Amino acid sequence: MLCLECPYCGVAAEETDLHPGGEAHLKRFGPESSDDDFTGYLFHRENPKGVHFERWRHVNGCGKWFHAARCTNTLEVFGTYSAQTTEPPKDLLDTIRAKRPGFTWRDIA
Amino acid sequence: MSTRVQTQGRLINRDRPVSFKFNGTLLNGYLGDTLASALLANDQMLMGRSFKYHRPRGVVASGSEEPNALVGLGEGDRFEPNQRATTTELFHGLTATSQNHWPSLNYDVGIVNNTLSRFLSAGFYYKMFIHPRPFWKHIYEPFIRHSAGLGKAPDSESRDADRYEHFYAFTDVLVIGGGVAGLQSALTAARAGAKVLLLEQTAHLGGRAPVDGGTIDGMDPDAWVAKACEELDALPNAQIRTRTMGAGVYDHGYVLGYERLTDHAPEASGPRHRLWRIRAAQIITATGAIERPLSFAGNDIPGVMLASAMRDYLVNFGVSPGDRTVVVTNNDDAYRTAIALVQAGLKVPAILDARPNGGGALMDDAKALGIRVETGAAAVKVKGAKRVHSVCRGVQAGDGEVLEEIFCDAVAMSGGWSPVVHLWSHCGGKLFWDEGQAAFRPDHARAPTSHDGAPFVITAGSADGEMHLNAVLQNAANAGKTAASAVGAAKGDAAAPSGDAPDEAPLVPVWMMPQGAPRKLRTKSWLDYQNDVKVSDVQLAAQEGFESVEHAKRYTTLGMATDQGKLSNINGLATLSHALNEDIPQVGTTTFRPPYTPISFGAIAGEARGEIFQPIRKTPMHDWHDSNGAHWEPVGHWRRPYAYPQPGETVEDAVQREVLATRNSLGLLDASTLGKIIVKGPDAGRFLDMLYTNMMSTLKPGRCRYGLMCTENGFLSDDGVVARIDEDTFLCHTTTGGAESVHAHMEEWLQTEWWDWKVWTVNATEQYAQIAVVGPNARKLLEKLGGMDVSQDALTFMGWADGALAGLSVRVHRISFSGELSFEIAVAANLGRALWDKLVEAGQQWNITPYGTEALHILRAEKGFIMIGDETDGTVIPQDLGLDWAISKKKTDYIGKRAQQRSHMVDPKRWKLVGLETLDGSTLKDGAHAIADASNENGQRNTQGRVTSTYRSPTLNKGIAMGLVLNGPDRMGEVIELTAGGDDTVKAKIVNPVFFDPEGAKQNV
Amino acid sequence: MSDVQLALDGAAFDGLVQIEELAGQGMITLRGDLADDTIRASVNGLFGIDIPAQRGTAFAGDTGALWMSPDEMLLLCPYEGARAMADELAEKVKDAHALVVNVSDARTVFRLKGSMLREVIAKLAPADMSPGVFEPGELRRTRLAQVAAAFWMDDARNARVVCFRSVAGYVFGLLSTSADDASAVNHFTR
Repeated sequence: MLCLECPYCGVAAEETDLHPGGEAHLKRFGPESSDDDFTGYLFHRENPKGVHFERWRHVNGCGKWFHAARCTNTLEVFGTYSAQTTEPPKDLLDTIRAKRPGFTWRDIA
Repeated sequence: MSTRVQTQGRLINRDRPVSFKFNGTLLNGYLGDTLASALLANDQMLMGRSFKYHRPRGVVASGSEEPNALVGLGEGDRFEPNQRATTTELFHGLTATSQNHWPSLNYDVGIVNNTLSRFLSAGFYYKMFIHPRPFWKHIYEPFIRHSAGLGKAPDSESRDADRYEHFYAFTDVLVIGGGVAGLQSALTAARAGAKVLLLEQTAHLGGRAPVDGGTIDGMDPDAWVAKACEELDALPNAQIRTRTMGAGVYDHGYVLGYERLTDHAPEASGPRHRLWRIRAAQIITATGAIERPLSFAGNDIPGVMLASAMRDYLVNFGVSPGDRTVVVTNNDDAYRTAIALVQAGLKVPAILDARPNGGGALMDDAKALGIRVETGAAAVKVKGAKRVHSVCRGVQAGDGEVLEEIFCDAVAMSGGWSPVVHLWSHCGGKLFWDEGQAAFRPDHARAPTSHDGAPFVITAGSADGEMHLNAVLQNAANAGKTAASAVGAAKGDAAAPSGDAPDEAPLVPVWMMPQGAPRKLRTKSWLDYQNDVKVSDVQLAAQEGFESVEHAKRYTTLGMATDQGKLSNINGLATLSHALNEDIPQVGTTTFRPPYTPISFGAIAGEARGEIFQPIRKTPMHDWHDSNGAHWEPVGHWRRPYAYPQPGETVEDAVQREVLATRNSLGLLDASTLGKIIVKGPDAGRFLDMLYTNMMSTLKPGRCRYGLMCTENGFLSDDGVVARIDEDTFLCHTTTGGAESVHAHMEEWLQTEWWDWKVWTVNATEQYAQIAVVGPNARKLLEKLGGMDVSQDALTFMGWADGALAGLSVRVHRISFSGELSFEIAVAANLGRALWDKLVEAGQQWNITPYGTEALHILRAEKGFIMIGDETDGTVIPQDLGLDWAISKKKTDYIGKRAQQRSHMVDPKRWKLVGLETLDGSTLKDGAHAIADASNENGQRNTQGRVTSTYRSPTLNKGIAMGLVLNGPDRMGEVIELTAGGDDTVKAKIVNPVFFDPEGAKQNV
Repeated sequence: MSDVQLALDGAAFDGLVQIEELAGQGMITLRGDLADDTIRASVNGLFGIDIPAQRGTAFAGDTGALWMSPDEMLLLCPYEGARAMADELAEKVKDAHALVVNVSDARTVFRLKGSMLREVIAKLAPADMSPGVFEPGELRRTRLAQVAAAFWMDDARNARVVCFRSVAGYVFGLLSTSADDASAVNHFTR
């Protein structure tokens, strides 16, 4: 059972205090978007064995959404970070690159 | 015979006799006995019958690995099947019954399977029951169901008489296993300053060391154990929990501990089991090793036991399983058993050592005691039925020729030791095959890793594969030190005590005895006792192509019984690899899964039973409803009154009465469960425009608007009335089920998409009790209470006002979900009951009638109002429901808008909402389908619609329904056919879904 | 105010700890930028307390403040005056983009009294209740069995547990079951 540190309240929360929110950093496509863009936004998700970026909500705690970078294979957690960003922070990416050389995720490498 | 001897018995108290019942017979034991040791002391060697062949079985082991001695324990509400006699502590009044036999343990008719065993080989069920196909349902399945199942299920009427609980614990270092390795690891880690929790599954600490002998720092192991416990007890950062099994190791250092508090004292008060939910930074598994049986013919006859178990019964409980015991071994350890037996005055006619050169120092000790040792020897077969009669000696290198028959009444066997690697493996720890020890050992380079990517499980002592006492202690101290330093604790003395024990000669792997055993012997050589899997079965599986260990396991059921193959896995694996002519590591192991041994459902459920099985949410008026006859309906976790049947009245009649009373005079509804979310900020209007399909930003303060909310995939998810409080502030009402989810939905968009928008939300659902006063006399009632102007001019339809009623501060919304004149009154929750009481009292002159959710449904259905969850099911868009009027055409965007432009969403063939009226006035069935011409390719009748809501309307005195129908709104007046149960159909006319007062005259007064 | 009716009418239980449903506790939710000067000054002026740091609690006589999240506080005050306090605070912070809501009726507060309170909570909440880890001055928001809850310790022998009003009966059942005299774990105290 996972344990993730909420970057907002600092609690190391176990999975039962959290609510998973799927893939992170999706870009919303609205009414003017093409069918392809909208389909990608609504349905297409990464499902890597390895580094993944996810959304979680500290639902039984401070109620905040946050992001987590995690290895889906070993469950190593590289870090948690603010939900108010469209991409992972640079220092976190550096950490991941050092631990998982050559990893790729969508446009991130 | 097996009996109590006068010496030994370190765990029993001979001054405390205990009486118990086995299969109805009263027997005696001592405090400290296990059920198994007490049965043996009473010469009850036969403890059960095997699952498949109903062969007589006795106890084979002395701990949690026991496959045979499973009993039904307790009576009535406390009856439990499949309890291991070896881990059941004896208590006064214990009642046990043996399993898998009829009519009795001694005379069992199922034993006929044993005679037929050559027809019941591996895969028998798969081969036998596949043809002829029609036999399956009425002949094969009932037969298999009748014979399947281990033990007897508790009576369906019985209720667990005990209670259970959870406990969340956090520690630096968790040590699982309280043998000398576990104790030493705990000592080293605790001395270093780490917070240590040690779990031991039995009631005793010290593990096997006190039985196996040797000395630790010159002390008798018992004395060293006592000293170690004393030191741990004195350390404030260390704690020991006995009778607590480490059941499973999970991600990120999560461990389940299973504490059995009153199994040994069922009359004690307090919880029976406690499930420890532990989070540990480092886990040391000091779980010891399990001795392997040897595969010779008749190795399952009662009286054939593991050599270590026989030693345990003698040393720990003062029980001798036999007067004359033949020891069969491939290693030195079993010599300890022979020596112990002889020293206790019992006879050991021979030790059959499969190794050509025999053993080391222990063999010399045995010989010095005058015990006959045969090297290169094999037990060709054991003779006997319900009891060992003799052992036939041959040579291990031979093909089963019998050289001698040795008469005896017990056999002690040892095929070597397998480290208990289960907990190491649960979370991904890998193993390597140690050729010298013929065992899988933890591969330290491939340990389970935690959140930080670093290893978090360390094996210690014989769980790590160390078998010599001194090596065990060194290894354990190292484990303690490694764990402590991983959590930053590095104080203190990390030195290990020295252990002194005889050096042992290497074992020689023996996977079949004798090596060239013919088929006749192999079909009587058991691998898995509990599931009756023999050497010949595994060989057959390999021959038939089940080469993967996972396939062979499932085909033969090897290791799939409740003992999860603790004794059988390695022997089975070796047999399979031999049959496949491959090396053991190439064949690999099956997966180790938690729990280590079965844990009770009660422990998993914890406190969650009875009144606190799940949260029941109660409104402030709950008690009034309860004492006024409410028939409850669960709505999520809420309980809402479905109706209030009066004495002598059916629920259905009550619903009809409540509807009519509301339409004709005055009804009262507890609407407190509706969600109430406050949304405030300069961007609140813009935000709600995105959230609702309607335009909310144009709503005027003081006014209310009905709104629809969709998810991003376009489907209608919630609805409710929004009230604008002031320029910056809105109050959003949601459905009962939507209070939390809509609030979460809002926060999700605000936190993760539009975080630069200035909007705050607060879910104020529980701050208010909300009461709907409904009906032609509603205004009169409010005016009677007095305190604010609720006249038609002052508070118009879809308006709201703050004020007071009967002296209580309230907010009154003039909205209607029934088509009647209606006021929804919000009041502080703690005042909800007071307001309710005042309304009920003052409303008597109009026959005020509290109504429940069913009347609410009928009232709204008569008006054609949709209900989330009835008209919607996650696949319905607002356009399907004719709600286009509530979808803003001016807005460029709202959540769900883009999805509603997708081709399938704009398909004119989508079913649309209409009203349905049966021609005969009857009420349609809930969920009935509108049938269409012809059938589909599967022979199913085509459909052209379905019923979403259906009621008998007391107002109109006929059945009314809403449904989604193909081209429905264009087919007004058309008659369609709907299913009516079975092959029956009923005809209904498509009509306007607003059945009652379509002009809205009643609510606008 | 005789019309006020608590969720459980002041229920009480005596076991490993004493459990008591407290009479009305004034509670005001404040959502806003907790670092904002206007908000800090307004809270201090009205409640006489400084806004606590992350997960912190602060008390001054009959008022208090609980840190709920980086942009949310739960302010405590006497029940009777809560609505007026909320209105006054809302007025003071009206230019600061904040939301103030009187939620004094939305929740139930239980007092746990006795040295075993850590243990009683540790049976229900996935939180480390060890001395030295969880101490007075900290608010923990988590779950008690199946519902969200929050709790803090006033001192070594007193804690307060807050849950939503609708589940007060459930939480009282949980706490009193966990505080059964015969169920001591003796994990934190020996």
